[in-house]
Amino acid sequence: MSLTDRSATELTSLLASGELSSVELTRAYLDRIAAHDEAVKAFVHVDAEGALARAKEIDARRARGETIGRLGGLPVAVKDLLCTRGELTTCASRMLARFKPPYDATVVARLKAADAVIVGKTNMDEFAMGSSSENSAVQQTCNPWDLSRVPGGSSGGSAACVSADLAPLALGSDTGGSVRQPAGLCGVVGLKPTYGRVSRYGLIAFASSLDQIGPLARTAEDAALMMEVIAGRDPHDATSVDLPVPAYTESISRPLEGLRLGLAREHFGEGLDAEVETAVREAIKVYESLGAKVSEVSLPHAKYAVATYYIIAPSEASSNLARYDGVHYGHRADEKATAVELAAERKALEAAGDEQGLKQLDAPIVRMYRQSRAEGFGPEVKRRIMLGTYALSAGYYDAYYLKALKVRRLIRQDYDAAFEQVDLIAGPVTPTTAIRIGEKADDPLAMYLDDIYTVSANLAGVGGISVPCGFSQSGMPIGLQLQAPPFEEDRLLRAAHMYQQETDWHRRRPTL
Amino acid sequence: MSLSRDDVQKVSLLARLRLSDEELDSLTSQMGRVLNYIEQLSELDTDGVEPMAHAVDVSNVFRDDAVRPSHDRSEILANCPRHDEEFYLVPPVLGD
Repeated sequence: MSLTDRSATELTSLLASGELSSVELTRAYLDRIAAHDEAVKAFVHVDAEGALARAKEIDARRARGETIGRLGGLPVAVKDLLCTRGELTTCASRMLARFKPPYDATVVARLKAADAVIVGKTNMDEFAMGSSSENSAVQQTCNPWDLSRVPGGSSGGSAACVSADLAPLALGSDTGGSVRQPAGLCGVVGLKPTYGRVSRYGLIAFASSLDQIGPLARTAEDAALMMEVIAGRDPHDATSVDLPVPAYTESISRPLEGLRLGLAREHFGEGLDAEVETAVREAIKVYESLGAKVSEVSLPHAKYAVATYYIIAPSEASSNLARYDGVHYGHRADEKATAVELAAERKALEAAGDEQGLKQLDAPIVRMYRQSRAEGFGPEVKRRIMLGTYALSAGYYDAYYLKALKVRRLIRQDYDAAFEQVDLIAGPVTPTTAIRIGEKADDPLAMYLDDIYTVSANLAGVGGISVPCGFSQSGMPIGLQLQAPPFEEDRLLRAAHMYQQETDWHRRRPTL
Repeated sequence: MSLSRDDVQKVSLLARLRLSDEELDSLTSQMGRVLNYIEQLSELDTDGVEPMAHAVDVSNVFRDDAVRPSHDRSEILANCPRHDEEFYLVPPVLGD
């Protein structure tokens, strides 16, 4: 067994006992990245030098007998929308191609305080908008199980790097499924914590009422380790909740007695691929064999979740992304060229005596905003900004945004009612396994509909986890999704761990 | 509610985006399809339902009104496309 085959939990204990140095381990991962990332393209930046220097420093502190943090020199990867002080943080966008944040995101600061070694930043759909990593302005990350297929998204780079053993742990963010969906499609564990469990400070915002940072790992046990490091109240994020963080890694090996598992009938209807359904139902049988009681529940508004999500998320995005104006930071269009073009337009309108046209002509600063944003944002980001701006505009606010907020309440009430009957809701993560690169690139609505099983958790604010539960005939991973009442991450992790003790899907590796 | 190219043009100004003719065309049809899909929400009776803006009910979170060090100006301006060490510089806001 090579070093990079081991779980994060095993590696941290080898590091803690001194059997393994952080430099040795970091070098092993950097070598693997050098050998395979040209094909997988999971990383947008790899900081080999910085990582080795950091590993060396941690090893030296350990040698001096100093107290070392929880991750003790373990390499980790971080999605490129989490601010890393002084290091490029691009959101896979031209808009932020040269952005170096002046501060660390709270989760990054906590990783550093726990003595993690950040090896690099991972690729994603631009500004986390997408489900395939095809919307990255930097590169297309490939699914390690079949390089012609997408890794999912938006945390596609984080899922692919864990799946390909390029890092033992990674951080992603989940606004409508962006941790769970790529985890499912790449055959790894992905946890979306309850809204408020993990600080969003320094997470470049997409939809602030839905965004939540979560771990991607091989095993539930490793995800538990990462959660212990990142979870908890943060004064910098007023929406982070002041609840004690359970010792997830301690409780994880305690099986859930008398577990009541609910299957939502809405999760097994039309559109669900037969192979995915079979694998998910087999996984549920494993729980039954462990003593779980399975029953049917209903989430009657589930079918409205995608429509609700694609009002709320773009609305919040259009507001959040208004900050990219070419003034304070981010891309600014060439001012001279923009001014020259504007002057020529004015001249032509004057020559034609077009009073109306002249009245509508952009002021110089407005043209600078519009041109900078036109050049800085990719097509999907523009689409969502446009949708959100439309939904929030005068005359449409009640029909779209306010309506969506009301349906959001109904979706949450469905969950509250279901969780009176069951402890967890089990179902698929995605309707199908990973699609081919380009397969749905021209059909945004078709792509949005694939988020059907994941967006509800974000709207309701509950936690969810994706656990590998099988493979299709063509060898693509399938994920099982478990969802829990708010702040029951412990239950999600323990349930996932129970399953992983009985199955070996998570031990399989793609051939690279 | 059907969406016209003119509507999309107007929204692009509100959104401070400059769109090409091709983008206006494709967005008109793509946004139209998405809005058409979203239309299904109208079949739900939501009278009397309290809108849910946030997943966690947090009311005001107070902190002491204490002076604390902030970021260094030069550190912030380092990411600015054009500045004079003190101010952000932009094209003319008033007049030509």
